[in-house]
Amino acid sequence: MTAQLSVPARRIRRRGTWTAWAFIAPVVIYLLVFYAYPLARNVELSVRAYTVRSFIDGTAPFVGFANYRAVFANPTFGPALLNTGLFVGVSILFQFTIGLALAVFFVRHFPLSGTLRALFLVPWLLPLLVSGSAWSWMLNSDSGIVNSFLEAAGIGQINWLTSPQWSLIAVLIANIWIGIPFNLVILYSGLEGIPLDVYEAASIDGANGWQKFLRITLPLLRPVSAITVLLGLVYTLKVFDLIWIMTRGGPADSSTTFAIWAYRLGFGSLLPDFSPAAAVGNLLILVALIFGLIYIRTQSRLDPA
Amino acid sequence: MRARPWWKTVVGVILTAIMLFPVYWMINVSLTPARNMRKNPPNLIPIDATLAGYRRVLEQQMPFLGTSLVIGIGTVLLTLVLAAPAAYSLAKLRPRGGSALSFVLLIAQMIPAIIMAMGFYAIYLNLGLLNSVPGLILADSTIAVPFGVLIFTAFMSGIPEELIQAAKIDGASVWRTFISIVLPVSRNSIVTVSLFAFLWSWSDFIFATTLDGGGDFQPITLGIYRYIGNNNQEWNAIMATAVVASIPAAVLLVVAQRYVAAGVTAGAVKD
Repeated sequence: MTAQLSVPARRIRRRGTWTAWAFIAPVVIYLLVFYAYPLARNVELSVRAYTVRSFIDGTAPFVGFANYRAVFANPTFGPALLNTGLFVGVSILFQFTIGLALAVFFVRHFPLSGTLRALFLVPWLLPLLVSGSAWSWMLNSDSGIVNSFLEAAGIGQINWLTSPQWSLIAVLIANIWIGIPFNLVILYSGLEGIPLDVYEAASIDGANGWQKFLRITLPLLRPVSAITVLLGLVYTLKVFDLIWIMTRGGPADSSTTFAIWAYRLGFGSLLPDFSPAAAVGNLLILVALIFGLIYIRTQSRLDPA
Repeated sequence: MRARPWWKTVVGVILTAIMLFPVYWMINVSLTPARNMRKNPPNLIPIDATLAGYRRVLEQQMPFLGTSLVIGIGTVLLTLVLAAPAAYSLAKLRPRGGSALSFVLLIAQMIPAIIMAMGFYAIYLNLGLLNSVPGLILADSTIAVPFGVLIFTAFMSGIPEELIQAAKIDGASVWRTFISIVLPVSRNSIVTVSLFAFLWSWSDFIFATTLDGGGDFQPITLGIYRYIGNNNQEWNAIMATAVVASIPAAVLLVVAQRYVAAGVTAGAVKD
């Protein structure tokens, strides 16, 4: 096509480029003002010593990496790192496994399968604050339905939200529940892309269901699985509402992740520490971007068009 | 083919019931009278149901619901106005540098909202936009605009070139083509983007609590949050608010189920 363009055609094309950019300009300006600027502001916050006063009188001394050093040295850093890792890792492991099992279950249609699959989307569509409050009450120590089931089963009461050894597990359970639909929908669409005759050929060769799953489904689903997991990583790193509403990161940092920590530093008290909060936030962005770039690479290798 | 697998329907119904149990429980608690709230074991079905919780919602939460509605609609409009023209350009006019923009948008989707909130707070404090509805609409739209551009681009790339050429031959300008040909054809993607933009802004809590913590007009997520903070005991009112706050999600699923599934997969698998 390009080879056929004569000189006047190219001029038209250049004028076309101007029109094209005119259509895009609002979004570009928007991205600069509402993405780039807040992020730049965040980086600036993190290398200065800002207080609420600084916003008013404009004085905030440049301190370089002192905020970052303070964040690394903070006693919350270790637990927050561990909790973030556990929260993300365990969430994804369970969301993916359960999502895949359900996708395999739903991919061969049966009566009502469409309706039931749609109902599975509900947890993902509910506002996180709604799910968070519902789970808070279900996991309530004295009056929660979960504990009353456990007592009926003879296990006894668990202080899900108020004991340090259970709080992370409690928010994990709720987060896994929320993430299953997302994994189900994407993996289901991946399964639909696997041609049926591959399975038929395997059946003729005498493969059983489990062999077909291991030798056909899993390998052919690998690209979609990679995308699901990477997107899951990026989304799970962001989770804030759910943990905040259920435990506020407590008791004593036992369910504090980086997102919770950044919020607590910046907005959690009457004397906000914007600068360390921004430093924690920037570390979080860095991790999210690493996974994000791996995701985009995987994605473009998968579909070069 | 084998016989229709009815046993799978049975298993499927059981699995769905387990999955939706927390939603059922939310509704059950919302109908439970206060005196039964601490009952052990709790009633599994709403035996002597009360609408007291919902009466409280009507009395106390209507301003919050109204604010959320306004913010949601504002976010949808802003998202559509920004995203649709840009996507048309990326999909059909293909300017140089367009793919770089798509890349930036993909990255933008991955930035945690809590970090955006801190940057916005610093800026809004100076601009006087804190605790305002327009400020919240702007902030909420940052969740939806990148997604919107990417979904629209994926969809509009599929519009046949002949359709656009035909309009051009008839003497239509690029803008005219966009308004009277491309937009009507893109109805499905407009619905998808609007639904998600509305739902995300309706569900937003991070921006609301950081940028609108002391505002006169606060969204429903803050309404629930304050409820939990203030009266720990009235869980039927809290859960009734939660049920009401879930209505948009429920409506969405009933009215536009295929758009929802399409939105989830398109955001992840296509770009």
